[in-house]
Amino acid sequence: MTVTTITDAQLAPKDYASDQEVRWCPGCGDYAILKAVQKACADMGLVRERTVFVSGIGCAARFPYYMSTYGFHTVHGRAPAIATGIKLANPDLDVWVMTGDGDGLSIGGNHMLHVLRRNVDLNIILFNNEIYGLTKGQYSPTSRRGTRSPSTPLGSIENPVSACAFALGAGARFVARSIDTLQVHLIATLKRAHAHGGASFVEILQNCVVFNDAVFENITGKEVAPDAQVLVEHGKPLLFGKNKEKGLRLKPGKLELEIVPAAPDVLVHDETNRPLAQLLAALEPPFPVAMGVLYCNPATSYEREVVVGTGGSLDALLNSERTWEVVP
Amino acid sequence: MATSTVPRPGRETRDSVVIRFAGDSGDGMQVTGSQFTLETALAGSDFSTFPDFPAEIRAPTGTTFGVSAFQIHFGGTNVMTPGDAVDVLVAMNPAALTVEVSDLKVGGTVIVDTDAFNERNLKKAGYAKNPLEDDSLAKYQVLKFDITKLTADAVKPHGLSSREAHLCRNMWALGLLLWMYGHERTATIEWLNRKFAKKPVIAAANIAALNAGHAFGETAEMAEHMVGYVVPKAAVQAGRYRTVSGTEGLAWGLIAGLRAAGIEKMVFAGYPITPASALLHTLANLRAYGVVTFQAEDEIAASGAALGASYAGALGVTSSSGPGIALKTEMLGLAIATELPLIVIDSQRAGPSTGMPTKAEQSDLFQAVHGRNADAPLAVLAPTSTADCFDIAIEAVRLATKYMTPVIVLSDGYLAHAAEPWLIPREAELPRFPVTYRTEPEGFHPFLRDPDTLARPWVKPGTPQLEHRIGGLERDYDSGHISYDPDNHARMTKARADKIAGIANDIPLQGVALGEDHVKLAVVGWGSTFGALYRAVQIARDEGLDVSHIHVRYLSPFPRNLGDLLRRYDRVLVPEMNNGQLVKLLRAEYLVDAEGFSKVTGKPFRVTDIVQRIRGGAPPPSEGSGLGGEAG
Repeated sequence: MTVTTITDAQLAPKDYASDQEVRWCPGCGDYAILKAVQKACADMGLVRERTVFVSGIGCAARFPYYMSTYGFHTVHGRAPAIATGIKLANPDLDVWVMTGDGDGLSIGGNHMLHVLRRNVDLNIILFNNEIYGLTKGQYSPTSRRGTRSPSTPLGSIENPVSACAFALGAGARFVARSIDTLQVHLIATLKRAHAHGGASFVEILQNCVVFNDAVFENITGKEVAPDAQVLVEHGKPLLFGKNKEKGLRLKPGKLELEIVPAAPDVLVHDETNRPLAQLLAALEPPFPVAMGVLYCNPATSYEREVVVGTGGSLDALLNSERTWEVVP
Repeated sequence: MATSTVPRPGRETRDSVVIRFAGDSGDGMQVTGSQFTLETALAGSDFSTFPDFPAEIRAPTGTTFGVSAFQIHFGGTNVMTPGDAVDVLVAMNPAALTVEVSDLKVGGTVIVDTDAFNERNLKKAGYAKNPLEDDSLAKYQVLKFDITKLTADAVKPHGLSSREAHLCRNMWALGLLLWMYGHERTATIEWLNRKFAKKPVIAAANIAALNAGHAFGETAEMAEHMVGYVVPKAAVQAGRYRTVSGTEGLAWGLIAGLRAAGIEKMVFAGYPITPASALLHTLANLRAYGVVTFQAEDEIAASGAALGASYAGALGVTSSSGPGIALKTEMLGLAIATELPLIVIDSQRAGPSTGMPTKAEQSDLFQAVHGRNADAPLAVLAPTSTADCFDIAIEAVRLATKYMTPVIVLSDGYLAHAAEPWLIPREAELPRFPVTYRTEPEGFHPFLRDPDTLARPWVKPGTPQLEHRIGGLERDYDSGHISYDPDNHARMTKARADKIAGIANDIPLQGVALGEDHVKLAVVGWGSTFGALYRAVQIARDEGLDVSHIHVRYLSPFPRNLGDLLRRYDRVLVPEMNNGQLVKLLRAEYLVDAEGFSKVTGKPFRVTDIVQRIRGGAPPPSEGSGLGGEAG
């Protein structure tokens, strides 16, 4: 990304915070994400005036107000479209899209599909709390079957969408997953996303303390985490468990993963391998949930391929076809 | 320039003529009409054209719903519209005859290809008997030629297949019509050579057919029926002219506006929709002029990308037709709330819903002025002609950037495709209104208003020390921060309204297009009906009627003298191609007792519709002039 060459190493994370009071619920996972983003910005020395945070509607969409960069809080689901326009106008801006599971995968699902397929150079951060928080707790497109909510009193009968599998299906060339509370991992993931030219998609499992508290406890809980997560790293074997005693490998004769004791035939993560990324993205309990950069395979981004000139003569244009002279 | 306008012996003079070329979708009627238009222009006549093509891309051959037509009205004076009634109808098949013949004047000429009037085609067109063989066309002069055979003979030396030869029929017909009106063929021959540069045999065959049609008239094999005409040149302002369609006018006007504002880049975002797509296609070829075109995934994204571009300091433009504009509504709300420039071109078509995509209507006025949630004012302009599309696009850029507001331009399906001669402006003489992006950090906040325009500053992201956040949430008048304060919301609502209302002080006073400002009747219109209303008022005035024509280009806000002007007339008549929209706005705004006059047939007003109504009569029933709606 071109903007990373212009840095200001002097800035601290707090310098990326605006003067606005943060108004998320106490204990909301969004605080941790805000902290991680500000730290990542400081680590990367992002230039504030060249950085733009764009959001749609939802709890996550408040994000731009809390950053000291440029920010645009837009319309529900439409942030990818607006961010695309910003990049078309000025490809040199460093543009982040902050979205949620309802904003990005329900009302804005269409825009998410197309911004990923076009590969516009944006950092798209999807806060997945599997619930509509701002509207007081309705089930969302990522809610699991059976989720009881004000609009599903008997439990949801819908199948959830997997954010990362959707992104891969849409043709995203950078797909990663992290967790609000996993600060070190999250910051590193955000930096990787930023370093990627083209559309980067990061799903963050984020806890909604009010409407969906502990929904990820089976993945993120201290006791279960080592067995419930596999931290993927390019070139390293896909091992997990308290003592990395388990691994993932391809089931012989099948195109699916299986859990085996750590052994030489455990798969080595190759983040440029899309079919592998798809297998990893789809893992859900009782398999470990994959965290980290599932896929990274850069290509020229959309806005860099747009051809535009400025010098054309208007007189030449207006006289470009058959003309005729009327003499007095 | 054409030289053969001198009447040869036997040529009769006509002040103006209306010709309609009609045939199957695959018969090439649109190119035939366009080439006839070009030769007409080069011959020095004024003209107005109107293509009428079917919604079906390739309707089954020979069917009535596959008929494609192109009408041209040309002459020396008073060519304000494509013409009410047709003098000469070229009908390439029975379907074209049955669909179009009702618009032919009594005594008018119909030229048919007899070969096409076979049993199969007659049946498809719904004819029980061949109309060429009974007296059903007795009130017209019917010129029956075997155009198919004459074309086949003409192209024979070029060794075409019979299908390829058949495709040259339109050039034969064009050649004949060019002869009838004493037009040259040079530009058409050049065009054919260009178009078929890679297929010289096809070019030569088409030219042979064109020449054969022309020679057929010249040698006057049917001299007793065939008359040549001469149409006088138009007395117009000296200068260099070209043909311009509304689509071209808007495209070039947007670029001229971009230059005038000194903005580096335009981001034009659209989504395919009839009849607006032509603007996307036109601008997609103008990248050299700072234009980025973006075909979005939907209408919402198109408006979003345009607004994002404006936020980033470029000129954001989006375009659609009524159903698509409906989808852009939420983004218009955001543009109003965040006070960013945004230009929205609406090529109106008949509705509601999908309606009649290829037919024109002026029924999005309410949508443009009021069609949003909450109190959400913006500016609305409407071009009066294809040439005015250029000027109105420049004006839209001026107002959008000066007042930091969305501007909706109401074009329509008729203007988009119609064409007229246009005196080409010079870039050096075009207006200049350079925008200033705020760079000064001292005292800045994003909603700091200019005391005169009430516009907020435009800041490009990338500008140091001006980092700020904006969005759809209500914001504090004095700081720009989010605010739920009740009094502040009232103050902001008023500020948004006052800003748009204030544009009235920055636009021309409403003038009278024709007539005086104090007579009995004012005929008040807007948009593409200008030509028909003007000509109708002209005719009525020639008859001694006390009537004037007023045409409103600025529909939100209205020119500040409009109310006073309308009150000077005893009666105000508002003809519109909708069920009564401007008439209601005028009544609501000014408490004037304006009468509506609707036409919602999907076709433009005929001059005679208006003249009859001015005279006090009902419109002619044959045309089914809308609901004749006394709206309001």
